[in-house]
This record gives sequence, C-alpha cells and structure tokens, in this order.
Amino acid sequence: MSASTSPDPTAAPQGDVPLLEIRDLDVSFETSTGTVRAVRGGELTIYPGQTVAIVGESGSGKSTLAHAIIGLLPGTGTVTGGSIRFKGEDITHRTDREMVSLRGNEIGLVPQDPMSNLNPVWKIGFQVKEALTANGLDKGVDANTRVAELLAEAGLPDAERRANQYPHEFSGGMRQRALIAIGLAARPSLLIADEPTSALDVTVQRTILDHLAGLTEQLGTAVLFITHDLGLAAERAEHLVVMYRGQVVESGPALQIVSEPRHPYTQRLVSSAPSLASRRIESTKERGEAVLPAAGVAPTDEIMRIEDLTKVFHLRGGRPGAAPTFKAVDDVSFTVRRGTTMAIVGESGSGKSTVANIVLNLLEPTAGRVYFDGVDMSTLNAKALFAFRRRVQPIFQNPYGSLDPMYSIYRTIEEPLRTHRIGDRRSREKKVRELLDMVALPQSTMRRFPNELSGGQRQRIAIARALALEPEMIVCDEAVSALDVLVQAQILRLLNDLQAELGLTYLFITHDLAVVRQIADEVCVMQTGKLVESATTDEVFDNPRQAYTRELLEAIPGRHLDVFGGPGADRTA
Amino acid sequence: MPDAGRRPSQQHFVAPFDEDTLGTVDTVDESAAPASLWTEAWRSVRRRPLFWISSTMILLVVLLAIAPSLFTSLDPRFCELKNSFGSPSAGHPFGYDRQGCDIYARTIYGASASVTVGTLTTMLVVLIGSVVGAIAGFYGGWFDALLSRVTDIFFAIPFILAGIVVMTMFKEDRNVLTVVFVLGAFGWPQIARITRGAVLSVKNSEFITASTALGASRVTTLVRHVMPNSAAPIIVTATVSLGIYIVAEATLSFLGIGLPPEITSWGADIAKAQASLRAEPSVLFYPAGALAITVLSFIMMGDVVRDALDPKARNR
Repeated sequence: MSASTSPDPTAAPQGDVPLLEIRDLDVSFETSTGTVRAVRGGELTIYPGQTVAIVGESGSGKSTLAHAIIGLLPGTGTVTGGSIRFKGEDITHRTDREMVSLRGNEIGLVPQDPMSNLNPVWKIGFQVKEALTANGLDKGVDANTRVAELLAEAGLPDAERRANQYPHEFSGGMRQRALIAIGLAARPSLLIADEPTSALDVTVQRTILDHLAGLTEQLGTAVLFITHDLGLAAERAEHLVVMYRGQVVESGPALQIVSEPRHPYTQRLVSSAPSLASRRIESTKERGEAVLPAAGVAPTDEIMRIEDLTKVFHLRGGRPGAAPTFKAVDDVSFTVRRGTTMAIVGESGSGKSTVANIVLNLLEPTAGRVYFDGVDMSTLNAKALFAFRRRVQPIFQNPYGSLDPMYSIYRTIEEPLRTHRIGDRRSREKKVRELLDMVALPQSTMRRFPNELSGGQRQRIAIARALALEPEMIVCDEAVSALDVLVQAQILRLLNDLQAELGLTYLFITHDLAVVRQIADEVCVMQTGKLVESATTDEVFDNPRQAYTRELLEAIPGRHLDVFGGPGADRTA
Repeated sequence: MPDAGRRPSQQHFVAPFDEDTLGTVDTVDESAAPASLWTEAWRSVRRRPLFWISSTMILLVVLLAIAPSLFTSLDPRFCELKNSFGSPSAGHPFGYDRQGCDIYARTIYGASASVTVGTLTTMLVVLIGSVVGAIAGFYGGWFDALLSRVTDIFFAIPFILAGIVVMTMFKEDRNVLTVVFVLGAFGWPQIARITRGAVLSVKNSEFITASTALGASRVTTLVRHVMPNSAAPIIVTATVSLGIYIVAEATLSFLGIGLPPEITSWGADIAKAQASLRAEPSVLFYPAGALAITVLSFIMMGDVVRDALDPKARNR
C-alpha cells in the first residue's frame, strides 16, 4: 500500500499525467486443475478524458483486466504481479475497504448484462439513489430530484415518472441507460464500460453509445471500453488495446491499429471483422458459374415460396376466450431460389425466428402458405413431413444448447441417419467420419462429448449433423451470432464452401447486417413482424429504399471508418 | 485525438510475434481422454473421501443383507431366557436382550429386511414416479393437470400416517412385499414431481427442437433425449429417499404394524428394547446404531451423487 504521489517522470512533456496506469499486471485464478493465468503482463494507460478500448474475444482476459482495476475479481482471482496506479497512487493491493471509497466516486462501472444487473425488487429511482447514498451524495432533500436529473441525463425521457418504475417495466436499452446513470451518479473520473451494449439491438446500441460518448465528453470522464467488436472499438475509442489469451498483443492509436495492424492476431482480427467492406465471400462467386449449370437447374428455380404468412400468438392472461394476441409475423411473402442464400434481417422481436420455425414446420402458421419445391406444406401428412425433414435441416443459434450433452459427437451426427434408417452401422460410421472431415474437425472428435468442445467446434458439429441427411436447404437461425469474430469468419467460410460444393440453399436468419453482406445473395428486412424491404444484397446495401434499412445500415459499428470500407472507401478494390 | 500516439506509454506497441500463442483459431484438444457427464461425475466423485466411506459402508450393509451367515453362525431366533440381559462374552460381543437372544446375530440379520425394503421401495417408486412424471411433463395437457392435483393430494397426506393407516388393514398377511407396496404407493408422487420438473426444463432445450426438426418422433425424443438428461435429479432423489424408506420400515415395525415378528428387523428390535430401556440401554443401542449408520451412508451417498451430477455444484 505504498502511496507514492510523485508523477511518472516520463509523463511530463504535455503536463499530462495518466489517470490510470497498469504495468505488467498478472491476474491468476485458482481452479481444481491448477492455477490459470488469466492476464499476463497487462499494460494499459488512460489519460484524463480519454476513451480507451480493450478488444478481445471471449476468454482473452479483457474483462478480468478491467475488473482487477476496481478490485472486483470474481471467485479465486488475485493480482499476482505488476501494478495498477490510479491518479498516481498505487491501488494494486488495496484492501476491499479502501477500494470502496474509490468505487463509484472515482471509478464507475457499467456492467455487461442490463437484464441481470438491476435488482428486480427495487424501483429504478431507488437503485440510482443507492449509488448516491453509497458515495455520500444524498445530502439534502433534493436527492429525488437529483435521481431524476441523472436519469434524464442518461437519456431516459420522462425521468421522474420512470424513476418510480421497476426494472421489468424497462426495455433492455432503458435498463442500460439506468445503469449508465448509476455508473455516472457520483461523477467518477473513469468509467469502465464492460460490453455495455452487446445484448442490445444495433440501432439501440448506436443511440446509447452516442449518448454515452456525448455525456462523458461533457463531464470530462475517461472511459475504458471493453468489447469484442473491433469495429465498434475503433469507432468509439482513441486508443486500442488488443488482447489475446491473457496478453496484450498490440496497442496504439485506434486508426493506426485497424489500418495497419502489425501483430498477426490483430491482422486476422481486422481481416475477419465483418463490415460493409466485406463482399460476398469469394468461393460462392465461382459457384455461380461453375456449380449451378452443372447441377442442371436454372438460377431462377425456386425452392421455397412463402405467401402471406401470418402468425398470431395468444398470450397468457386476460379472460378466457379473450386472451390478448400478439402478431409476430404479419403478412410476409418471399421466395428463395435454389442454390442461393436468402437472409432475413431484423432486430429482436421482428419475427424473423418465428418465420424460421414455420419454415422448419416446427410452428403452424395462423394464415398463409409455405411451398417447398412446389408442395404446400400444410397439406403434408406425417409420412410426407418425415420426408420433408430430410430435405430441410436447421442450424440453431446457441451451440451450447443445440447438442445433447449426453450424446457423444458420433451419436449426435449419426442420429439423423439412424432416425431416417439410412445405411448400416458401418456405412454410418464412414459417413460420420466424412462429415467430420467436411467441417474440418479431426475424426477422433467423434468419441468426445459436446462439453469438451469450444463454441465454434460445437457449431461445426451442428453443421455436420445438419449435413448428414444431405439436405437441399439449411435454415440457419442466428447460426454465427454467438461466436467470436475469428471463429465466425471461419464458420461463414465453411458454410460458403459447402454451398459451392453441395449446391445448398440457405435461409439465413440474423440480426447482423455485416454478416449478411458476406454470405447472402438476397435480403429480406423485417421490422415488428412486417417485411420492410426485400431485394438483392447489393441493392439493399448500396441503395436502401426504406428509412428503417438505412437506420440499420447506419448502426453497423465501424461503418464510418475508412479502413473498414465505409462509404468513403473504394469498395471495388 | 491526433496526438494520442505520442503520449507516453501510448505509442503503438506490438507484442513480439510468438507463433505459439497464435496457433490455429480453434483446435480440438486431442490429448485429453473423452469425458461424458458420467465420466466427469466419476472423476469428481472419486476425489471425495465421503464417497469412499459411504460406499464402503453400503457395500458392507448389502453384504450383511445378502449373506448374514458369513458374519455369524448363530441363529437370531434361537433365544434362551436364561441368557436374559446377559453381558457380552466371547462369541456374543453385544450380549443378550430380554428374551435371551444374541444381539449381535439379531443386528446382523436385521440388515436384510432394511436393505430389501429400502431398495425394492426405491425401485418401485422410481419406476412409477419417473414414467408418470415424464409423461406428464413431456406431453402436458390434461394428464399433467390431473397428475399435479394427485401429487398435491398425496403431499397433503403425511407419509408415515398414511403408511400406518394402510398397514393396519393388513392384519395377518404382512410381509416385506406389503410394506414395499404401501411405502411405494405413497412415495411415488415425490419422484413424479421431480421428474416432471426435470423433463419440463429439458423439454425446452434447443437440442430437443433440433431432434424434432431432423424427424425424430415424440416418443423417440422423450426416450432418447429427454429422459437421459433428466436422470440426474431422479438418481439423487432416489439415493436420498432410500434412507428415508429404511427409516419408514423401521418406524412401522417399531409400531408393530410393519414386518411380522418372524422377520428380524431393526425397527422391531428397537421397539422391544424400549421396554427395557432403563434397565439395559445397551440393548437399544445396537439396532438403533446399525439403523442410523445405514441410513446415514445412503444419505451421504445421495449427497455425493448430487454434488457430482449437479453442474452448478460441480467444481471443475
């Protein structure tokens, strides 16, 4: 607890003293299998009023580094080496009690998940007031006024009334605003924002981050921004720190890092980052000329046609017979051409997943028809439905949930073959080996269980399972959304190659327009159950006709950076 | 900010290229042995001393139940009044009870009734409870509503009280099986409820949807995916309730309405010892101690199994 107040001699030139200096920081966790070094030699400097971003994939140690600053390491985590200096003082080994005076007052935190970080039994206003009380700022009778001010400042309209509401009455974006109000309540000089918007829709993310940036600039608060999204980080921060497996691999001015990354990892991160610059992944272009004619089908051949699809859900509550209804899908029509990728884009609640479930025949539409290969699916009997299942396969969003944890990889991939009684034991095993090769996993993987594999590997298993029946069409419901950028790029390439090789048709459901750019030939944009815009990918990206589509495009992180090929970049290069 | 790069310690920094830290994006660790839920449970369990203690005790008790003659050559029903309350002697380490029966032999032979009733009841309860619970949880609808009300009713009836009432109906023909059936009849709703809950939570997993989407029928999905994934809580509850059924049998026998007098049982012996509790407390001590140790072993085992199978409690 040495408290040296003398500033770093090297920090003199501009009279600029770093607000936060982390040198050679080591953080370790004790587990039953030994010590895990989550952060190794972490280096970070933040100047007053500056915005610095830590970028890294999950498990890179970026959150651990940030939590070490305010002494909130979870579980057995301890700082085992290095130093953290805040305003010139060494706070590395402060006790919890000494840390309390720092939290809130000096360093604020905006946590990651707005859904679980507000106490559901207390009103929002109370929880903001708590932050004031904890920092001794609730003196006087105007505490409630102050709460309303803070909430209004964070961008909540009608703040006084809102303060009297409970978290469940708030949307995700509103909760995140309340958390920002709490984080800034005591006017800290540093705000740590740990993935503050990753759980939110892009348009909401954009307004919240714009607001946060304006607010911190006005207050002169430095921001340490933690994110997995390189584009977002480059857009929002002046200085970037790229972390990989617990180590800082590259750091420097944001634009310099994204325009000329020098470390191989950063280079890969930059090249994998989906953005507007990225075009349709290459292999499919070749497919357009090579595979389709070979397969002997005209490119206009439609595999699926959806007409006036409507799905109404009956909600719980209300009198019997008069239950409130919710129109999840409202009169949606589109066609999917064989051998192409159709993307359905929309924010949460737009009804895109409902469409996917109806297409997969897991849900009955309230009205409208789905034709697959010219046959109306509502007329299918059990036997025909079974045959249909063989031709259309799904890949789901969550690779942690879509594989049965009790099944070995072999049984998982073999299950569709067994269900459809294809081949004997030996031929099925051969098929499983082929499929594993196809998704670039070693054949020995088949003896393993899902819990031994990473998210990306599990998703590849899910792809292998979907391919087992050699379907004609695959419905990908947010199939890459849960994955890290590098793995996501790899899976997208894999899907593309498979499409070229097998002539597959994809119906790709996603909220991420940047991903759409990479994989889709045609795009349907959905908003609150309605189809807003439907055109080829190039048309949608170059000449969006609807305001909502433009708003979605605007919200893509990194869009305004030339290096990512925003409107200013030469896209034909 | 244009000058950001010139600020001290904020220059462009690039870590030394260490190919080792890069590797490939996503490789499978091929060195480790494959691990399923069960192998992992076994790994976690075998580090626990409690597991080894309780499993040794359970094995011992089971051995006592199967082959009591290995441990004593005496007949537990051979009693001579001249030995009444006789103190321990060579060959009779626990002494004699009021009737002059050898307490050691009676304690050994008492294990059989307890273990039989305990295991048979548990098997019966798991069989009925898991099938009913799984069907109710998976298919829902009127069957689920009916089952939920029935279990509510059963829960309102005290388990032992119900056992007493029903057992008194069997005046003459009481044996191990009647006790098992009576305990089982009132025990299954508990397992049914647990199963229903487990099935309900598994039912909404994505891999169930995936299985449906690839064409598996409802029954196949239930048997192949839902049941194996709901097994853990059922096994845990079953292990713990095994001890409870042993106690229930002892209680009924203590009250004189459990097993008939010809069958040696700890509960009946405890009841008999009660009469001479003041004069000779040690007579009570041995059957009661044996009962306590047996029940404790099963409950400890249930605890260990729960820790191993519950992913939230498991330390990895």
